[in-house]
Amino acid sequence: MSTIELSPVSSLRGESDQPVVNDFSIQVATVNGSGSQTANTVLMRALFQMGIPVSGKNLFPSNIAGLPTWFTIRASKQGYIARKKEIDFLVAMNAETAQEDVKKLDPGSAVVYDEPLKLNALRSDLHFYPVPFDKLVGPVCPEARLRKLVRNMIYDGVVANLLGVDMEEIRKALLKQFGAKKAKAAELNWGVVAAGHDFASKNLTKTDRFAVERMNATQGKIIVDGNAATALGAMFAGVTVVTWYPITPSSSLIESLMGYLKRFRIDQETGKATFAVVQGEDELASIGMVIGASWAGARAMTATSGPGISLMSEFAGLAYYAEVPAVIVDVQRVGPSTGLPTRTMQGDLLSTAILSHGDTKHPMLFPSSPRECFRMAIEAFDAAERFQTPVFVMTDLDLGMNNWMSDPFEYPEEPIRRGKVLSKEDLDRLGGFARYKDVDGDGVGYRTLPGTDHPAAAYFTRGSGHNERAIYTEREDDYMNNMDRLARKFETIRAHLPAPHIDRKSKARVGLVCVGTSRYATEESRDQLRDEHGLETSYLRLKAYPFAPELADFVHRHERVYVVEQNRDAQLLALMRLEFDPELIARLRSVRYYGGLPLDARTVTDEIVRQEGL
Amino acid sequence: MATSTAPPKKVNRIGLEVSSYKGGRTTLCAGCGHNAISERIIECFFEMGIQPWTVAKFSGIGCSSKSPAYFLNLAHGFNSVHGRAPSIATGAILASRHLFGITVSGDGDTASIGIGQYIHMLRRNIRQIYIIENNGVYGLTKGQFSATADLGAKLKTGVVNDMTPIDCCVEAIQLGATLVARSFSGDKRQLQMILKAAIAHHGLSIIDVISPCVTFNDHEGSTKSYAYMKEHEEPLHDLDFIPYFEDISVEIAEGEVREIVLHDGSKLLLKKLGRDYDPGDKLNALKTLHESEQQGHVVTGILYADSSRKHFIDQLNLVDEPLGTLPESRTRPPREVLDQIMEELR
Repeated sequence: MSTIELSPVSSLRGESDQPVVNDFSIQVATVNGSGSQTANTVLMRALFQMGIPVSGKNLFPSNIAGLPTWFTIRASKQGYIARKKEIDFLVAMNAETAQEDVKKLDPGSAVVYDEPLKLNALRSDLHFYPVPFDKLVGPVCPEARLRKLVRNMIYDGVVANLLGVDMEEIRKALLKQFGAKKAKAAELNWGVVAAGHDFASKNLTKTDRFAVERMNATQGKIIVDGNAATALGAMFAGVTVVTWYPITPSSSLIESLMGYLKRFRIDQETGKATFAVVQGEDELASIGMVIGASWAGARAMTATSGPGISLMSEFAGLAYYAEVPAVIVDVQRVGPSTGLPTRTMQGDLLSTAILSHGDTKHPMLFPSSPRECFRMAIEAFDAAERFQTPVFVMTDLDLGMNNWMSDPFEYPEEPIRRGKVLSKEDLDRLGGFARYKDVDGDGVGYRTLPGTDHPAAAYFTRGSGHNERAIYTEREDDYMNNMDRLARKFETIRAHLPAPHIDRKSKARVGLVCVGTSRYATEESRDQLRDEHGLETSYLRLKAYPFAPELADFVHRHERVYVVEQNRDAQLLALMRLEFDPELIARLRSVRYYGGLPLDARTVTDEIVRQEGL
Repeated sequence: MATSTAPPKKVNRIGLEVSSYKGGRTTLCAGCGHNAISERIIECFFEMGIQPWTVAKFSGIGCSSKSPAYFLNLAHGFNSVHGRAPSIATGAILASRHLFGITVSGDGDTASIGIGQYIHMLRRNIRQIYIIENNGVYGLTKGQFSATADLGAKLKTGVVNDMTPIDCCVEAIQLGATLVARSFSGDKRQLQMILKAAIAHHGLSIIDVISPCVTFNDHEGSTKSYAYMKEHEEPLHDLDFIPYFEDISVEIAEGEVREIVLHDGSKLLLKKLGRDYDPGDKLNALKTLHESEQQGHVVTGILYADSSRKHFIDQLNLVDEPLGTLPESRTRPPREVLDQIMEELR
């Protein structure tokens, strides 16, 4: 095990000489397509293996190669995993952005940089560590064509040396990353890491304050991205038909799902698949196939992002009105239009809630973590079939595409329930049925599947006006009865979706409300507000729309409620306005961020402090 | 006083009367070609002895797309959105592979708004019958041209079409449908034979039926009118169909007839009419369509047949049972699988 000396050397005037342990952020600035992903993942994983809570955010361009990309790793002994706005430790590899990246740093930050960039001339209040990457990579990577790909591994060695990351953990992470099949590649990369480490120990004198120490806060945890977690949830929900059209940031969800299905859902005896995955010609076909498949009994899903959701609008209305189950995962990205395809946003909340023309509304689930992605994928199928309606799982690019620490997922204990589907035997007993009749008073009718071996099984599904018996009608009373029943059904749904997470402080006058990935910054901001401003706050994190009754109660119990969300137009707040009476609406305040990066706590805190006049 | 018993009602090979194949009362115009097509569907499904509740009917939007309500009431139906019936049908057949799919679409629904889904359905070779009730105009919106309107065709208002028509059969032959036919709603016998062949075929059958719109496109100057078709239809062959369940031997003079053996063992006989048309020859099929268009003829009959290509479900290597009703034991992997995956992610 390597050790480093934590000498409290401070060469900068006015800087505290106290070491900063396990509480900083590293940013690696590279060029897209330069193979930095491996180096970054290995570094993050090594910290994780040392028991230190970590989070990684890949801030990447919509481009295959050549544009700037940043990866930030936050280590936090307190367990905060929101993006940290301030960068403490910069690895500057990209000539194009290096100057601007350096200029943005707070005094006292550290900079590892490619020596020819000569960044040390820019500022005198930073700790600079020049590294001759090209000179170092040559001797350890004789094959010239591979040098470009492994060059970045040098900074893993340098950073490990400077921060005190255990090289054994780097090696372990590297072997995990490459797997047993690529042992040769792993060895080549390891040699490069070691060269970086060796260079640093011989040539660099540590002057910054940042360091890592072993902790025990990640034991038993896994590292997984939200898209893989949603995919796993879908597989354990028993998905049978998957359709998709490639779109960032949802493509990796389906690719991950295909990988798992091929491993675990091939019939052992016959070698045949218990699932179908179809790449559609567009999102319209993808959602159409999901609706057709669900109508015929499959657990069917598609995954997309904002532009795909817009295209699915017409079919979403059909599925709502004809009452066909469907699961649609929206891994939200920045809009409008093409927007920033590789940046994150909670930008589809309002449009998805009422997606399609006419009076249409849809349930949405808001996972905030990989565990919730897994769990809510299962809940989405259950709800879609139970309530015979499309259910949208609203994740985002930050959750979907970044790696997260997570507790392991729990195997679903409840059996799969397929909702109100009449079998041949049911039809024998009943003689017939009326598809859209509210037999049970919950607004949900009984359906049959095409192919049911019974002459009374058939009914005619249509997006045009229909009565209880699914017969075409344009009658005023038939239409209104049907729409009123659909509204009743929506109220049934409201009572059966996941309840919000609530942390109510009895004396708090201020409450914070959010959904999804806004939770991390919001939760950290609560601590900042308390510790820095003495403001105790209550907290409610919604897990579903239509909103649980607890939300109105929570707003009622607080003088001011800040709705924290990642969009310009306060979409979540707008949905609350649609349901609340004026007295409650008057208590709502808005905190919005819409720059496309994962939300950070400081942004939330600053805005609440401003509005509170603290 | 009853003095004689009524004659026994005719039943098919599975013991059902033709009434079991009927639909609701049509709301289309009297004389609409689409109604004749619905009649043919009723007759053919009855005569072929298809269990109606194993059938699923699909449609998009338009006059044509209303017609699934006018046949096979005992079959599930799905009247979906404009131009998107192919994706609904594809999904349903993915979930329930033994469903007998029949989609009824129109020329606007298929060749205009639905051309994308149509083309990709062709590529996939979905196992179903896809009928295009082709009249060259939009009826429900009162007579605008569709994308199958012929060059020089004239609307009632005098507007002349100067854009190239899309020939849905050309697309079908090029892109992978495995039974492609054109017919005329007024040609009862030919349409019956084609429909029966499509019922026996395991793959995508495209049947483009010229089906005149009596209200908006049956006038002088129309190329989709009854009068125009009577004058310009040119059948490629005379068709006969021998279902697999009927033991009929036919005396065939050598060289006069081509025979297509369909997947269920039924046979379609193509009797020569003037030329020896080989529906297995893709290039010739395209050439024939092209030439007839140039000459102002409408060739009808079996344009193309290919029994070698796998249909979509077979390409996917799915289990034999319908995916939609697989039990939990086959769709939810056991606890140990989740444990294994969690271990891999540590």
